[in-house]
Amino acid sequence: MTAALEGTRVVELGWAAAGPLVGTYLAQHGADVIHVESSTALDPFRSTYPPFRDNVVGPDRAGMFAFYNAGKRGVTLDLKQPRAVELALRLVKTADVVIESFPAGTLARRGLGQDALRRARADLVILSSCNQGQTGPHAQHPGYGSQLTALAGFNELLGEPGRTPVILYGPYIDYIAVGYGVIAILAALERHRRTGEGCVIDLSQYEAGLQFLAPALLEHAANGTVPTRDADHDRVAVPHGVYPTRGDDRWVALSVWSDDEWSRFRVALGDDDWSRDAELATTAGRREREAELDDHIAAWTRTRTRELAHRGVWRRAAHAGLGEVGLMAPPFGLSETPARPDRAGPTLGEHNEAVFKGLLGLSADEYASLAADGVFA
Amino acid sequence: MIDLLDGLRVIEIAGDDIWGATAVAHAARILADLGANVIKVEPPAGDPVRAVPPFLHDQAGPDRGLLWIALNANKRGVRLDLPRERDRLRTLLSSADVLVQTREVVDAATAASWSPSLVVVNVTPYGLSGPLAGVPASDLEVTASSGALALAGEPDRAPVRTTLPQSPFWSGMYAAMGALFALAARAATRRGQQVDVSGQASMVTVHPPACVHWDVAKEEHRRLGAFLIGRSRVGARFRNIWECADGHVSFAIQGGPIGRHTGRMLASWMNERRFTAPRFTAVEWDTFDNRTLTQEQVDALEREVAAFFRTITKREFFAGVIERNMLGYPVADASDVYADEQLRAREFWQDTPIDGITLPFPGGFALFDGERPRIRRGPPRLGEHDAEVLGAVTA
Repeated sequence: MTAALEGTRVVELGWAAAGPLVGTYLAQHGADVIHVESSTALDPFRSTYPPFRDNVVGPDRAGMFAFYNAGKRGVTLDLKQPRAVELALRLVKTADVVIESFPAGTLARRGLGQDALRRARADLVILSSCNQGQTGPHAQHPGYGSQLTALAGFNELLGEPGRTPVILYGPYIDYIAVGYGVIAILAALERHRRTGEGCVIDLSQYEAGLQFLAPALLEHAANGTVPTRDADHDRVAVPHGVYPTRGDDRWVALSVWSDDEWSRFRVALGDDDWSRDAELATTAGRREREAELDDHIAAWTRTRTRELAHRGVWRRAAHAGLGEVGLMAPPFGLSETPARPDRAGPTLGEHNEAVFKGLLGLSADEYASLAADGVFA
Repeated sequence: MIDLLDGLRVIEIAGDDIWGATAVAHAARILADLGANVIKVEPPAGDPVRAVPPFLHDQAGPDRGLLWIALNANKRGVRLDLPRERDRLRTLLSSADVLVQTREVVDAATAASWSPSLVVVNVTPYGLSGPLAGVPASDLEVTASSGALALAGEPDRAPVRTTLPQSPFWSGMYAAMGALFALAARAATRRGQQVDVSGQASMVTVHPPACVHWDVAKEEHRRLGAFLIGRSRVGARFRNIWECADGHVSFAIQGGPIGRHTGRMLASWMNERRFTAPRFTAVEWDTFDNRTLTQEQVDALEREVAAFFRTITKREFFAGVIERNMLGYPVADASDVYADEQLRAREFWQDTPIDGITLPFPGGFALFDGERPRIRRGPPRLGEHDAEVLGAVTA
């Protein structure tokens, strides 16, 4: 036993971050994840999003794709062709899990809707992950994670009061949906082991993101207040902030959570006269004079240099188009069956022969004839 | 009722500080929503999260904190005075499948000797090993140490964190994920194992493109306020948050098929409104490539877009992007989220009685065979299930 999901096969139809990264977590824990894509409608992480090796655009030179699809096998199928759809369904028949992340209804139009997938294999676990969910008036609406993050309310809570909210770097909400997507699949597989049943999972990336905002939402519902951004202040700790240190754009973060912590912190600051003020010995007193405190602390931190701590979550792997790429280990370690983030994402169609001949048993002639007809485009 | 984890028994030991207590509570809440039987073990003084404001109707009380309420529905709760009542904990764990804790109240070797099939999950700011193991930290320090803090804020001002602490939610989510991977392994091995979740590493997962850009292009990303970075091959930045008539909206000038469609639709929206935007409405969208625009070209287009957005409200913007199937959303606040018709249509909100009033809880995170995980019970009062659970333990 070397991996938690040894013997589990996953077929994945999706692009960009929110679908494919789900498959990466499963692959890094031992699942055989087959990523299905098409050269006729390239993943934007292969075609659009920088960085590319040497800044030259090319599907196998794309850093984002290689990262977000680590650990998988990759095949190409032009799903506009019925014979490609048929091959996709044959692949699904061998799988335990299907992941798809297109706008609601996209796969059904290609003959790969839930019903077709479950006809191929009745006890399948299917994760459909999209922007707004499979049902409801906005189900078809396309969206990017950075903007969905705004719709969920995260940006309202980020920035300084009275100033324009700032962005959360990247498609923040997508990664929340990825985490819940992996959890949903693992929970469904747990039930499958117990009962033999499959499961159809409808994950709205929007609803997944709102899980991380539950306290702010309940605050509004209960008290009628509208929570908003408050720079680096905290409701419990004071002082609590980010202060400049010596050097260009260098900062330290620090927080004081109790009167006892304050009494030790003020000594560390230099035991200055201002800090001995009895009013500052209590949280209420420090809260009252938080701005003044922040000035004193910044005056002290400006003279210091900071240290950076590193933790080895980055691994390196070879890649035919990029040379070598950095990959990320999951943020948790399993003592007995650790993740193995040791393979970069596949090049376009890299495993076509291995999968269609090896796994599905196409003969050399069949394969060549389908290839000539552009089925593997 | 959602039964995916039916029969799974989870023990959560409340953390000593707010960060750890929030993280383990979130992890156990996820498992509880999926059908697990979760028992939360609190010290006699209660979980520190009980004291975190804001409170229901702004009246403090151990059962009235909204963070507490959000994190602890669907659980039963008991008090144990540890380490004095360690035997009772051992009895609880003997029939459990998963233990979720922050520091090692029960270390892995002891847990394995008590119950070889137990999965032991630890959620700590920096993980159980390494140079920072055991160093105290809250959300701010964890976020700072991951690099995520440096990526949010205006370039010439201090970095900012999300005002509602996020790192314990991320860490708790990964703890639930790690527990489920360990359970998958246990199905084959019959043995438990230890899951060691690092809050710092959890927060690194929120900004992979920064790392990919450094890795492939040696380009260091920094915080740019309301602007996106990493969409250009010539280093241009694109605004992603804009003022509108009554707040802010999120929108970007983008390429690719859907980005070009979005630009075309915005230009026709400007024309419909007889809004003068000579440059934007003259763009040839069929061949538009945002990646090669210079910053000057981007700025010129954005000046016109900014002027247009100042004439429309958040609500008009939302209706407009839905109608035109274009990219973009309003920057919503909590009241906007409650008003959202999509969430209502999907029956996202679940009215739950809490302390004599009804609160619309955010619903379970996904639909399973069409069914959404429900709030089956509110959070436990301190020691509410002592007799029910510990009575059974002693009996």
